[in-house]
Amino acid sequence: MSTATVKNNRRLRSAQDMASDAKRTTKRRINRTLKYALLIFFVIVILLPAYVLVITSFKGTADADPSRAWYLPEVWETGGWVKAWTTLAPSLGRTVMLVVPSALLSAFLGSINGYVLAKWRFPGANIVFTLILFGMFIPYQAVMIPLTQLVSNLGVPQGVPSLMLLHIVYGLPICTLIFRNYYASVPDELIEASRMDGAGILRTYGSVIFPLSAPGFVVVLIWQFTSAWNDYLFAAFFSSGRNGPVTIALSFLAGGQLTDYAASMAGALIASVPTLIVYILLGKYFVGGLMSGSVKG
Amino acid sequence: MLKRVKTWGPGVLLLAPTIILVGVFVYWLIIENFRVSLTNQHTAKPSNKYVGFENYTNLLADPNFQHSLWNLLILTIVFLGGTLIFGFLWAWILEQPAKGEGFFRSVYLFPMSVSFIASGVVWRWLLSSLQTTQPGGERTTGLNRLLDSVGLGALQNDWWSNPTWGIAAIALPAVWQLSGYVMALFLAGFRGIPDELREAARIDGCTEWKLYRHVIFPQLSPVMLSAIIIIGHMSLKLFDLIRAIVPDANTYDVQVPATMMWVKYIGSDYADAAAIGTILLVLVALVVIPYLWYTSRAEKR
Repeated sequence: MSTATVKNNRRLRSAQDMASDAKRTTKRRINRTLKYALLIFFVIVILLPAYVLVITSFKGTADADPSRAWYLPEVWETGGWVKAWTTLAPSLGRTVMLVVPSALLSAFLGSINGYVLAKWRFPGANIVFTLILFGMFIPYQAVMIPLTQLVSNLGVPQGVPSLMLLHIVYGLPICTLIFRNYYASVPDELIEASRMDGAGILRTYGSVIFPLSAPGFVVVLIWQFTSAWNDYLFAAFFSSGRNGPVTIALSFLAGGQLTDYAASMAGALIASVPTLIVYILLGKYFVGGLMSGSVKG
Repeated sequence: MLKRVKTWGPGVLLLAPTIILVGVFVYWLIIENFRVSLTNQHTAKPSNKYVGFENYTNLLADPNFQHSLWNLLILTIVFLGGTLIFGFLWAWILEQPAKGEGFFRSVYLFPMSVSFIASGVVWRWLLSSLQTTQPGGERTTGLNRLLDSVGLGALQNDWWSNPTWGIAAIALPAVWQLSGYVMALFLAGFRGIPDELREAARIDGCTEWKLYRHVIFPQLSPVMLSAIIIIGHMSLKLFDLIRAIVPDANTYDVQVPATMMWVKYIGSDYADAAAIGTILLVLVALVVIPYLWYTSRAEKR
């Protein structure tokens, strides 16, 4: 083979390379376009119900004509919002009163439990943990009938007090789980060192564990806040429109035969604002809580 | 011995309130509920006559309850299938770093932060069963109106007002709400696969398909299992979404055991309500107990 042909071959090869490079780039470009087209399509699908909620909430009665169901309001009216707000306001107050203390208390108990189960283990700790965890999965329907009996026998009034008690008790398993997994990453040496200094279980918690716990608390508080805020099952069994949380009030507002669509959609938005704000501001931690729902540490 | 008690004692003591609360509110109540389900407490008047498993056999023979079990099956299949497909698809697309990835992720996940009661308000309107081709069709709203106006009028249907398949329409909002969650699970799974593993497979001459088939999918199977357990047990318990979309609790078309239990409770038929509760518990336990056992063993390893 002469040097000329080698050179030629080389030139040929690089030309082929360039062609296949170009092909690859086009292919990549098509892939990317397809990918974004899909992503945007799904964004539209996901946001469609939100669009309906917002536009319908601003429609007046005359505008609520079904043929215009998907169009923007002709006149933006706030009548629906005013009606929804006056109907829901008392229940919103009750929901805050019930959700905040129960989230704080179950988070605190969960933190203590998680600490003991991760760092102060005793024989059978694993079995105890699994038994506690099972409480997170039970369908509450399976305890509801005797639970109504028990709560009334304990003399806890319907409405906020009952619901507070229930959200604390049934929140314990998930709070314990999240904190146990969180504390598992704290080095044992820290605990050992504190023990060597003669600190007991509580002092070690106070001086070593608790100061490290802020991220765990954020995750747990968000989780508890969201699930208690959105709860309807316990609310249906343990409260009424008079003393119940916002989910109950909303279901009454939206559930009648002759529904005021503007008001009920405005109501749905009002009822979702707190959890949406939490999600938007603290989304990262929100996802953290979701992940721990899958048990794995 | 005393020394052991000294080291374990405080821990057990700190755990005691939780152990007592969970013991009473979960385990004791499950037993108590089972006891009620074996009595003839069918009215508000207290009655404690032991009737054995009569309530269970009556329920299982009741066409209404059989239909609720059928609905539960359809609901679970559509709910699981839908969330797994969309969750995986989104995670798969978003797995490679892309511009605006965070935005898409947040949008897909946002329905999860809204309550079923709130989303039910709009889905009830979207799934309105009136169709433009029917008498009174000019009052049609929701998806049927949308389908009609984009030229897909033939796809209009009566959604949840269909006794056999209506429950699948209820599963749509559930899929809408929880696919993002399954996506988040799968994304975490994808991120957990080391890059070296993929590189090694590529160097060995794996095609993309083979890479997925033999490397990625096996690595994702624990995540998939978690997703199935979590969505599956949510589906078994689903109550608020159905109540929000179909306010008449007695609607046969979309009755599931969880809503039927509520109907029985309202009618003061506590024994039947308790029996349905126990049946649901057994269904959930069949799914969850092996899973908890599996994870606690996996942790030991």
